[in-house]
Amino acid sequence: MPRTETAAVVVRLPAVLVDLFPGAVRRIEMSVSTVREMIDELDKNWPGMRDRICDSRPAIRKHMNVFVEGERATLKTRLKPGAEVFVLTAISGG
Amino acid sequence: MAEKVLVLLGTKKGAFIAESDAERRSWKLRGPFCETWPMNHVVADQATGTIYGAGGNDWFGPAVWKSTDLGETWTHSSEGLAYAEGEEPIKAVWSLAQANGSLYAGVQPAGLFRSDDAGQSWSHVEALQKHPSRPHWNPGGAGLILHSLVIDPNDHDRIWIGISAAGVFYTGDGGKSWEPRNLGTRADFLPEGENYPEFGQCVHNLVMAPDMPDRLYQQNHCGMYRSDDGGKRWVSIEKGLPSTFGFPAATHPRDPDTLYLVPLNGDSAGRYVPDAKAAVWRTRDAGREWQAMRTGLPQENAYIGVLRQAMATDRLEPAGVYFGTSSGALFASADEGESWASVAQHLPAILSVETLVVDD
Repeated sequence: MPRTETAAVVVRLPAVLVDLFPGAVRRIEMSVSTVREMIDELDKNWPGMRDRICDSRPAIRKHMNVFVEGERATLKTRLKPGAEVFVLTAISGG
Repeated sequence: MAEKVLVLLGTKKGAFIAESDAERRSWKLRGPFCETWPMNHVVADQATGTIYGAGGNDWFGPAVWKSTDLGETWTHSSEGLAYAEGEEPIKAVWSLAQANGSLYAGVQPAGLFRSDDAGQSWSHVEALQKHPSRPHWNPGGAGLILHSLVIDPNDHDRIWIGISAAGVFYTGDGGKSWEPRNLGTRADFLPEGENYPEFGQCVHNLVMAPDMPDRLYQQNHCGMYRSDDGGKRWVSIEKGLPSTFGFPAATHPRDPDTLYLVPLNGDSAGRYVPDAKAAVWRTRDAGREWQAMRTGLPQENAYIGVLRQAMATDRLEPAGVYFGTSSGALFASADEGESWASVAQHLPAILSVETLVVDD
């Protein structure tokens, strides 16, 4: 991919997700241009993390949310340089 | 060498382990494990002591958890534990069984996966999904789940599965081809005259008698059954039971004629133990006669239910019997069901009970 299409973004992960992967951290910077690429990169860092955020449709899991600039994102959502991405768990369970 | 017993609990909020010496009078409880995920089935490899947990989390989806140090530390994986893109994703893993170095997982929506590397990665046993009956499978109350997995210890290619509410299916070739095995089991919820279909029965639990791989017992939504020919034909053994309805069934570790059940008061009356008096019902003659085992169990205001995988025996002599309730109580018998004691209360809803006996 041409370098001009990638962007350094900041990704923030929820503690309950990070706890599933020894060595994972709550905040990571990476150069990616879409949410899908971001999740691929997370999975490279901590194998298996993709499955926790995405299902096999593939799509972001029903009770997971990825917010980009305050808006709920999909795998196709593009990331601008400097974007801050929040991966959050939705209200769920009982 | 002294032995100790681990009772492995899958609960709605994590796995727990109750541990005792071979006397089984005093217990210590450890947990919750698996990050408090709902754990539908926690089992142990009796040879290695490795513990596996079948889970499904509302946030994070399905995974199989694993501990090689008797529950002290855990890892999880779902690599390959997925249907093809575009299909309804797997929600949870519901059942586990192992044989000949392979670990099998039953999932929701109903399907079967196999791992040949101790739960690290999984491959889909696709032929089950390709069975011509598949478009007609309907979910039971808990969803379309593959909850029972029984493998012939002498011939690992022979596998029986139970799906709610598609019924029992059998493969004799390691999963390459499947056939329904429901002849003789009722489906009371179908129109009159259509109550004995080829498939579509609501099997609740399927277990195999020790050293008699062709003898299977089945607790069904509509009756209790035994088969002596690998499920080709089922006969009712519900006469003498207080109800035709229940979920769990547990075999004795050595006697193929002994079986334990917890009948409930029917599918539309609360699904409690009958008359709110707890009892495990035991047969010593393959279901011809039944005896209620009540000593030590609550006999007043016991509005308890026991879910399909929440009863087990251990391999000690005499055999221990255990069951967990959907209201979070664990009961144990160290004398084959004759008398009972409370091991734990106030746990999350207990979804599964299995045992592991190891050298202390």
